[in-house]
Amino acid sequence: MSKAREAKAAKIRQLMETEGDAVGTSTRGFNEGRYQSVQTLDDYEGLKSEARAIKEDAIERLPELIDQLRETVESNGGTLYIADDAADANQYIREVCEDKEAERVVKSKSMTSEEIEVNEDLEAADIDVVETDLGEWVLQVADESPSHIVAPAIHKSREAIADLFNETFEPDEPLETAEELTMFAREQLGELIEGADVGMTGANFITADTGTMALVTSEGNARKTAVVPDTHVAVAGVEKVIPTVEDLRPFVELIGKSGTGQDITSYISLLTPPVESPTVDFDAPDAPLSETETDRDFHLVLIDNGRFDMREDDQLRETLYCIRCSACSNVCANFQHVGGHAFGGETYSGGIGTGWEAGVEGLDSAAEFNDLCTGCSRCTTACPVEIDIPWINTVVRDRVNRGEVSELDWLVEGLTPDEEPGGVSLQKRFFGNFETAAKVGSFFAPVSNWAAGLGVSRDLMERFLGIDARRELPAFQRETLKDWFENRTSRVDDPVRTAVLYPDVYTNHVQVERGKAAVRTLEALGVDVIVPDVRSSGRAPLSQGMIATAEDHAHDVYAGLAEHIDDGRDIVVIEPSDLAMFRSEYEKFLPEKSFERISEVSYEVMEYVFGLLEHGADADALSTSEGEGVAYHSHCQQRTLGLEGHTEAVLSDLGYDVATSDVECCGMAGSFGYKSEYYELSVDVGSELQGQFQSDENRDRTVVASGTSCLEQLDSLLSRPTQHPIQLVAPRR
Amino acid sequence: MSTGTVATFEDSLERLEVGWTHASPDELADVLEGVCSDPTIGVELPYDGVDLPDWVNTDPTPADLREANAGITAAGLGIADYGSVVVQGTPDGIEPVSLFGDLHVAVLRRSDIVPGMPEAFDWLGEEFRTGHSSAIIATGPSATADMGALVKGAHGPKEVHVVILDE
Repeated sequence: MSKAREAKAAKIRQLMETEGDAVGTSTRGFNEGRYQSVQTLDDYEGLKSEARAIKEDAIERLPELIDQLRETVESNGGTLYIADDAADANQYIREVCEDKEAERVVKSKSMTSEEIEVNEDLEAADIDVVETDLGEWVLQVADESPSHIVAPAIHKSREAIADLFNETFEPDEPLETAEELTMFAREQLGELIEGADVGMTGANFITADTGTMALVTSEGNARKTAVVPDTHVAVAGVEKVIPTVEDLRPFVELIGKSGTGQDITSYISLLTPPVESPTVDFDAPDAPLSETETDRDFHLVLIDNGRFDMREDDQLRETLYCIRCSACSNVCANFQHVGGHAFGGETYSGGIGTGWEAGVEGLDSAAEFNDLCTGCSRCTTACPVEIDIPWINTVVRDRVNRGEVSELDWLVEGLTPDEEPGGVSLQKRFFGNFETAAKVGSFFAPVSNWAAGLGVSRDLMERFLGIDARRELPAFQRETLKDWFENRTSRVDDPVRTAVLYPDVYTNHVQVERGKAAVRTLEALGVDVIVPDVRSSGRAPLSQGMIATAEDHAHDVYAGLAEHIDDGRDIVVIEPSDLAMFRSEYEKFLPEKSFERISEVSYEVMEYVFGLLEHGADADALSTSEGEGVAYHSHCQQRTLGLEGHTEAVLSDLGYDVATSDVECCGMAGSFGYKSEYYELSVDVGSELQGQFQSDENRDRTVVASGTSCLEQLDSLLSRPTQHPIQLVAPRR
Repeated sequence: MSTGTVATFEDSLERLEVGWTHASPDELADVLEGVCSDPTIGVELPYDGVDLPDWVNTDPTPADLREANAGITAAGLGIADYGSVVVQGTPDGIEPVSLFGDLHVAVLRRSDIVPGMPEAFDWLGEEFRTGHSSAIIATGPSATADMGALVKGAHGPKEVHVVILDE
């Protein structure tokens, strides 16, 4: 393994050991809470679309809204400052504090303040800065960085926090329980807030019409921070501005549910500073509030720091819609196992973190963790503003690729007929051109090991391509699905429909049996089947960030299928990741009309069987069962498309007793689990699925899974055979 | 306000483990005495003919805030779906009084309970456009899970009680 890969693997290994359990317990809890909490909404999807539309409009009209906001803030008696970058913002904030002769600033939690590193700047000017959010305070005491954008100390267990407090503060009685730790922090921080000169908060949203900011919190520290001192500085990105107070409503309903799985957080502070509430001057503890001379000062510091460039960037713009709820972190299988210290950059972490880091810090910071997004797409339905987070990660990967230089291109020469300029890593080029490798693999199979056939040993593959030697390589079949199909004649009289079975690269070269099973199943249900010679979908290069190559595939695939579509044939796809290309990603590559045509007639194979059975096809033509137990793992992208239920329904209809896994992803995720730097993480993620399928209730069930990757992962984790569900239901010959 | 909305509000409070009591203006003093313990601070209620009892300190100092067991304030709105009360910051100190005590007692008129967030934000939009500067949508007590388990009472009240004023 190369030194860089070994170093990355070592870092991931260390974080899985030290922080993985604590991060995993909390994020899985948040994620489960989200599924439950959003069910309380009458129209969750509608609310997300509403939130999305508000953000789209706000970013579109941002300069105009900022002008309006400046007027409202100033007429309210506050000041609005637009800071170009971190240094500009810090200088302004420092000057405000110095003007007040402030000795102590108390802060409520703000990721944007982490981005500009305002604490360090103020401390350098001898101003004491105190984080009052309990999680942030723990990190300040421990001198660590956040591992999660909402729950920053999520990587620390209660025991670790107790040790930290007991060592640092040496309380009379050692602290132990969460209750004791919380009350100790409340007391300590309460005193620090009482003597503070300036209160600094973030802002989750700011309305241009009234200058009202919304703070989403649960502890009450933001309320105290805003009300006790007479000076309030709020720091937020420019993207937080929305038009009106009423526009807050969908966000208020969505943010807690999406993030920590709470219906709503304890406090949504809606403040139009300077507020009318009296200041609380603990230096004059016996003067009634009614006699306090309240003269409040308010500074809203809106930070550009790359955001206006992001707004002009057609690919990164969506990032600005992000409301920092953390749903994309919590739902992410990889994040659940390593947390933000691996799956994060300078400031931001999780799926959308790549977009933020690329926009505000630069590609280098984004490149550090971008590969941890496998494109499983589970975050896309979790995101309350419908951001296509995997696409942002793909775009960033593409840009990172284009910045890399490689001198070893000869290793994959002839295997990489891609559209990419030099610079894509060998590993990515190899996996991105998997179709070519598969063709070579089938050519050599089974005469010799395909890798040997390529003249490349596993050792060399590991050293230069980063393909982990601990992974079994796919066994390519000599006879491809297309070969097999060409050598037989179709046997359907009076077909009810004609379907094109898309020969995805895995079905054609590796999982050939599931292809044959699909043909037999469709024919048994009265469907005439065609297996055309069409190029691979482009999923493989897309997942490596090779967008130009993927787009080239999309054009060829559409050209290869267009006449079939014109002729009224249905497109049936076995591999869910390829179906997701047709139904989702092709929207980025094809003319609108072409995308509509292909996406509307493309079906996942079990979805198609479900439709045929619903329309009267004879289920008895298939392999029925009298209660055989089946353990089913759907595919991440299939679930995102809402197609898990079709397989379950077909299997149940045919008499199988189905138990479905509830992990977000199997951990294999295409090429991810083959890469030596990620192999161990992939296995760690897979261990959850392994545990579910080896449980007492499931260990005797027949294992079926929809995706090639899932099957490969399950094959390596379980000692019993696996198959695609279509193989279970196909008629016995 | 329809009985259905009030019932939904009560169900939500139940879910949040927030206590509530119905009271007529005449019963208010007794109800408050039942839920508060000394020292109790408060802010006079903006409802005609409804006064806080004499034992409530309505002119607190910072030291009183620090020592308060209970803080009584009006709530401008109740939101049935969520069990939330809207606490409006005013010059007479609703925000600190509702925030510093271990118990916050929110006194809410039955007619000010709305079904959900759409109605609440219609109301809030008007409030902010007509000059109100602060409203906290408060749902249950303050809470944190930052110390490894959910704890009620982080920086704010550990407990909330809602008195629904039946007119």
